[in-house]
Amino acid sequence: MKKLISAIIGLLVVCGLLAFGANHLERTSGSTGAKVLNLYTWGDYIDPGLLKKFQKETGYHVNVETFDSNEAMFTKIKQGGTSYDLTVPSDYMIEKMKRAHLLLPLDKNRLTGMQNYDSRFMNLAFDRHNRYSVPYFWGTLGIIYNDKFVKPGSIQHWDDLWQTKYHDQIMLIDSARDVMGFSLASMNKSMNATDPATLLAARNKLNRLSPNVKAVVADEIKMYMIQNEAAIAVDWSGEASEMLASNSHLHYVVPSEGSNLWFDNLVIPKTAKHFKAIYAFLNFMSEPKNAAQNAEYIGYATPNAPAKALLPKSIRNDRQFYPSDETIRHLQIYKDLSPAKVGLYNDRYLEFKMNH
Amino acid sequence: MQRKQRLSRNTAYFVPYVLWIALFVIAPVILLIYQSFFNIDGQFTLANYQTYFSSNTYLMMTLNSVWYAFLITLATLLISYPTAYLLNATKHPQLWLLLIIMPTWINLLLKAYAFIGIFSQAGIANQFLSFIGIGPQQLLFTKFSFIFVAAYIQIPFMVLPIYNSISELNASYVNASRDLGATNWQTFSRVIFPLTLPGVKAGVQAVFIPSLSLFMLTRLIGGNKVITLGTAIEEHFLTTMNWGMGSTIGVVLIIAMVIIMWLTGGRKRRSGKGLTK
Amino acid sequence: MKRLQFKWRYLYLWFVFIILYAPIVFLIVYSFSQGSTMTNFHGFTWAHYQELFADSRLIAIFLDTLLVAFLSSIIATAVGALGALGINNVTRPLTKNTLLSLNNILMVSPDVIIGASFLIFFTALKIPLGFGSVLLSHIAFSIPIVVLMVLPKIQEMSTSLLDAAADLGANNWQLLSQVVIPYIMPGIFSGFFMALTYSLDDFAVTFFVTGNGFSTLSVEIYSRARQGINLEINALSGLMFLMALVLVVGYYFINQYSSRHRRAATRGRRK
Repeated sequence: MKKLISAIIGLLVVCGLLAFGANHLERTSGSTGAKVLNLYTWGDYIDPGLLKKFQKETGYHVNVETFDSNEAMFTKIKQGGTSYDLTVPSDYMIEKMKRAHLLLPLDKNRLTGMQNYDSRFMNLAFDRHNRYSVPYFWGTLGIIYNDKFVKPGSIQHWDDLWQTKYHDQIMLIDSARDVMGFSLASMNKSMNATDPATLLAARNKLNRLSPNVKAVVADEIKMYMIQNEAAIAVDWSGEASEMLASNSHLHYVVPSEGSNLWFDNLVIPKTAKHFKAIYAFLNFMSEPKNAAQNAEYIGYATPNAPAKALLPKSIRNDRQFYPSDETIRHLQIYKDLSPAKVGLYNDRYLEFKMNH
Repeated sequence: MQRKQRLSRNTAYFVPYVLWIALFVIAPVILLIYQSFFNIDGQFTLANYQTYFSSNTYLMMTLNSVWYAFLITLATLLISYPTAYLLNATKHPQLWLLLIIMPTWINLLLKAYAFIGIFSQAGIANQFLSFIGIGPQQLLFTKFSFIFVAAYIQIPFMVLPIYNSISELNASYVNASRDLGATNWQTFSRVIFPLTLPGVKAGVQAVFIPSLSLFMLTRLIGGNKVITLGTAIEEHFLTTMNWGMGSTIGVVLIIAMVIIMWLTGGRKRRSGKGLTK
Repeated sequence: MKRLQFKWRYLYLWFVFIILYAPIVFLIVYSFSQGSTMTNFHGFTWAHYQELFADSRLIAIFLDTLLVAFLSSIIATAVGALGALGINNVTRPLTKNTLLSLNNILMVSPDVIIGASFLIFFTALKIPLGFGSVLLSHIAFSIPIVVLMVLPKIQEMSTSLLDAAADLGANNWQLLSQVVIPYIMPGIFSGFFMALTYSLDDFAVTFFVTGNGFSTLSVEIYSRARQGINLEINALSGLMFLMALVLVVGYYFINQYSSRHRRAATRGRRK
């Protein structure tokens, strides 16, 4: 008993020390206090060097908190109890948040860098006149292949994936909209189709792909492809750019018949409190120099036109990640479908996964 | 009798636990049941339950989950029982026990990534297979590797309760059995195993029940070739945002767990009586 | 014959330990790799450790994680052990089974469900999200495993032992502190360590109930996983593991030494 009590006291002392230590570290790094900005973003989605620069220039300390899916972020913001100033949802999620009245409109008079954004990426259906959102990064969905196993140039279209010679060689990203989406695109159907019969046809076509599917995985795809674990993968361009950087045998193709075009935009959720800091940050990030630095660090495509011009030629002219206007014209942005329709997509997708 | 009266008079020590049950178990469960009656458009309905029990997808998934949870529990038990038994015979059993628990303090995701590295085509496991002449195999995304890693994660949760009951085992029973001429196997199956059954049961509960709803390993190691109820719940809560359907599956899981508990609970009473007689 | 048997049993234990520690050794080896991923070993470097010590945010998160783990485990162990005693004292089988089922509900529920319902619960009660809500949730989901670990020990305890103590005039507190707790100590320890494990490993529940700048290591690791696991995390895990190893082994042997000493001393006195 005496031993137990001394053990408890010992642990409590340790707890006290831990609390003191953590508190001390947080105070010295300035994450508490009035001059802060609470940024809620994807993991590792901003160059830490820029955050330091921002603090130096404006005095605002940025607290970064991270999420790993749009939906999880939505749940947190909807429930409240938090105080996020800025967050980075994708296109369809912006629409959904708008509809749920979770966003505050931008005060255009306080924004100085909006003219820097490429007009192709402004005024899109998910946010007309950019009332709520400022573009952050954009990209596509496509096919990554390894030229050790696949002849360069032999994969150009979605239908190429169905060839029997790719038995047990393809990895798919675990996302209902994207997997169902490329099946739809391969049939020249809209990637926002909601007609039950069309979705059933898309699932049947996916079931025929099953013998070729090695695994349905998430972020790990990147590691697998770098390790030459699979010959082919379907994934987003941002992930692909990181794979290509680590393995020179990999190539990225956006099928010309159509694919998904996605955006991650900065928005102000209704939980925001530090408006001066928010606008300082939005303006800071739209400066071409900063946007270019961020794009080089993250490896995604920047919507900031003068920033793109600042990037090294090899990146700027890379057709894999900055596709031609012709290809872009064939790309489709996901719409925020009604919950019942999203449910339809997921049920068909789950059936495909059960089958595979 | 006297003891019972005294303890029941003073039940203050039981208050925090009961409070916990009320706040963190009963309240969320009521919330869960309430939600399970709403469809994706927020209307009150019984359709979720109807879908669950009439859809092949969900029924298959349920069977799958139970089957894999069973395999994982079995594999864990087969590895853990001898481990716990042999640990008891070592010089510093408490220390070894701690060393068995310690690997669980490393984050699960990290360990999963390490296993991916070990099982990958150029990984250590395949190098070993090549070395002994079997040649490289596809190890990742197989049912074997999924069960292996799941069992790996669960071993400490099984070893602990079993060890606790083995260490309590009165050596005189074992000696008596041997003196009466029982073989090693008879001693084990008639004396040792029945006496350590409470520990085995606690271990099975601690492993089987969570195994029903594994989700991350099914994707990371199983490549989604194994789909369990956990996968579906995950998807309904985080992708479809169909909390109604997700809650329905949750309610079904809880009911299944209650049934398991009542079954094992009943047996426990009987065997307990048998022993005291 | 007998010696051979001994070798076999040690072989089996070694085998189990090698498997248990293989992934951890793998992680630690790669924390010294010059590359940035756990794919190919690129040569030895201390760089990831240097990065780690310069990352004060990560270290603060690490300290917070330990704080939550220790505090929640202590409280969960206390509540859970007393709860197990209470359950054991319930005589009606129906009530007992109901309590046990309720106890296990949090174990069977997937983390996402627990996380989402705790989030709704906390926001409804206007409990601010952050350290407090994370601590409460960790206590909540650690209690059932403590009960599961302690209960078998209590059931093994013979009633005659308690009756004897009661007959000798022990009051409740004495009964508890002199007889019951020493007897169920192994169960309490297992419960504490399991609670610690649950707390250190949890991602989904913490993710939902945290906020206002508070984070734990798991949440940080999961969100960083999008860009591939950073070897800095390997370095941190390696360090954490070695520290725990030294502490556990050190504590154990000091304990052994002192208890042997004490035993020798009491024996001496008895003489």
